[in-house]
Amino acid sequence: MPFPANVPLHPSQLQTTEANGKQKFAKINNHHHNSTRNHITDSDRTFKPAQNPENTITKLMDTSPQSPPTKKRKMATDTIAAAAPAAIEDQQEHQFPLPTILTHPSATPPILITQGAEGRLYKTTFFSPNIPCALKYRPPKPYRHPILDARLTKARLAFEAKVLERCRREGVPVPAVYAQNAAAGWIAVEWIEGAPVRVKINEWLGQRPRNEEEEKEADAKEKGPLVELMKRIGAAIAGLHRTGVVHGDLTTSNMMLRPPAKSTTDQGKETNGVNGVGSEEAQEKAKLLEGDVVIIDFGLANQSQSDEDRATDLYVLERAFASTHPRAENLFEHLLESYKQTFGKKGVSVLHKLEDVRMRGRKRSMIG
Amino acid sequence: MALETLQIEHVPSDHHVYAALFRHVQNVDFLQAQLIGKNPEFEYAFIDASVLISRTHLFAAIFRALNTLTEGTLQTPNVHSDIVIGLSPTNNISESYRRYGLTPSKTRDVLVIKIVYPKLSCENSTISSSEQQQTPESIWQHLTAHIQGTPTPLTDEELAKSTDWAKVRKYYKLNGVPGVERIDKVDEAGRRREMEGLVVSGIALRGL
Repeated sequence: MPFPANVPLHPSQLQTTEANGKQKFAKINNHHHNSTRNHITDSDRTFKPAQNPENTITKLMDTSPQSPPTKKRKMATDTIAAAAPAAIEDQQEHQFPLPTILTHPSATPPILITQGAEGRLYKTTFFSPNIPCALKYRPPKPYRHPILDARLTKARLAFEAKVLERCRREGVPVPAVYAQNAAAGWIAVEWIEGAPVRVKINEWLGQRPRNEEEEKEADAKEKGPLVELMKRIGAAIAGLHRTGVVHGDLTTSNMMLRPPAKSTTDQGKETNGVNGVGSEEAQEKAKLLEGDVVIIDFGLANQSQSDEDRATDLYVLERAFASTHPRAENLFEHLLESYKQTFGKKGVSVLHKLEDVRMRGRKRSMIG
Repeated sequence: MALETLQIEHVPSDHHVYAALFRHVQNVDFLQAQLIGKNPEFEYAFIDASVLISRTHLFAAIFRALNTLTEGTLQTPNVHSDIVIGLSPTNNISESYRRYGLTPSKTRDVLVIKIVYPKLSCENSTISSSEQQQTPESIWQHLTAHIQGTPTPLTDEELAKSTDWAKVRKYYKLNGVPGVERIDKVDEAGRRREMEGLVVSGIALRGL
């Protein structure tokens, strides 16, 4: 431990410790449980990492008894952000100062959409008031040396921007980059309309009969649109991998389902596929899953051509999918099938590798 | 018909951006000579309108230049020349002037940008005091007095009329790009939208 014992620390310094993730979680919870806030701050102040870090972690965790696991936390923040962005903004406006770029005038005030481990995502407008954009801001980390911090932030943002542009040129559906200032820690990208695939799938699954027998009956004719969606996801990932990019954090939350634009030729195909379904109700339901799959959040992306990395990407998605949509887990094979079809020969060897990765988990170094 | 004040999102409120489009400009050589002679009265960004796709394209370059201005990292003598090189996806400054700026006897439609912002007093004081007094009216007077061309409203439609797509595709390396080629040839609007996205990305990513 680099800190001397018995010296009260500033809360921000805490983040250097192993407690990092959990401690942040407690902090995030502040926005929603204001009553616990003072309590946390107090325990922060008395935090003596050299003496007994474990103890303090427990203390911090105690302040939020219903702590969901990390994945769920993200979902919770998402949902709340979607439900009442104004309220969130109100609370968090005071919590986080805006990046300089967002302090300059714009037609509509920026809205804090979500907060990740490394940065914050704002919705704002760019160039003109009618162009919505997503601005990703990586604030300086007080626990890192300033020079190192500036370099890391800059390199990561620059990399993300380059990967996005590369994908865009290759025809992989990703947001376009509007502007960036890697040195200042922000990047502005195209705002993708629609909702995360996760939300759409759950909405769709939620509408289906709960009864198991009915479900089986309905399966045959009704799963069509969901299978179609899985195939589109598989194709999108294959496209991504073909350009030599691995995403690093594939989940159904990191894919958007963009409703089809009115004038594009895609729409015709989409509705044709739906026609076979039958009843009006089913058609409406099927419309839920219409649209292009757009992959977002390349913060953890990497350039790689290796089967191992690609298989890991699929594995991460598989695990995430199974835990977020347990009822649709059996449909994952359709995704892999379409991945294989789109990717051709290489896809076969990636799927082969996937078998290995499944056996041992995503970290290769964990074998030995 | 007068000077348009461009409202660009997230630009400091004391920075004013004025723009005007002139068609069939007769005295391009004269204008370029003023730039080369560094005539302080002609501190404008003159852009060859044929390389512009849309207002968004233009805004991307202006935004980029203004951003470097506020950061204090201009690459050229002033913010106006930075707008011209801001259009370029490459780092070659003289090439950028040639491609996006004025070319005597070739450029026909000229887009003029003027940025007015409070300059620091430590800079050349005589220029700064005259700069401060510049109003949209005085700029417009100066422009109409020296540019022999037809003032045209700066709209997406007007810009699209004079766009030289062959040049745009070459300058922004859009020939044979899979992202554009996969869009049906019939869907010309869709292809152009996609190209606009790539052009803006190219501008945003220069120097990374």
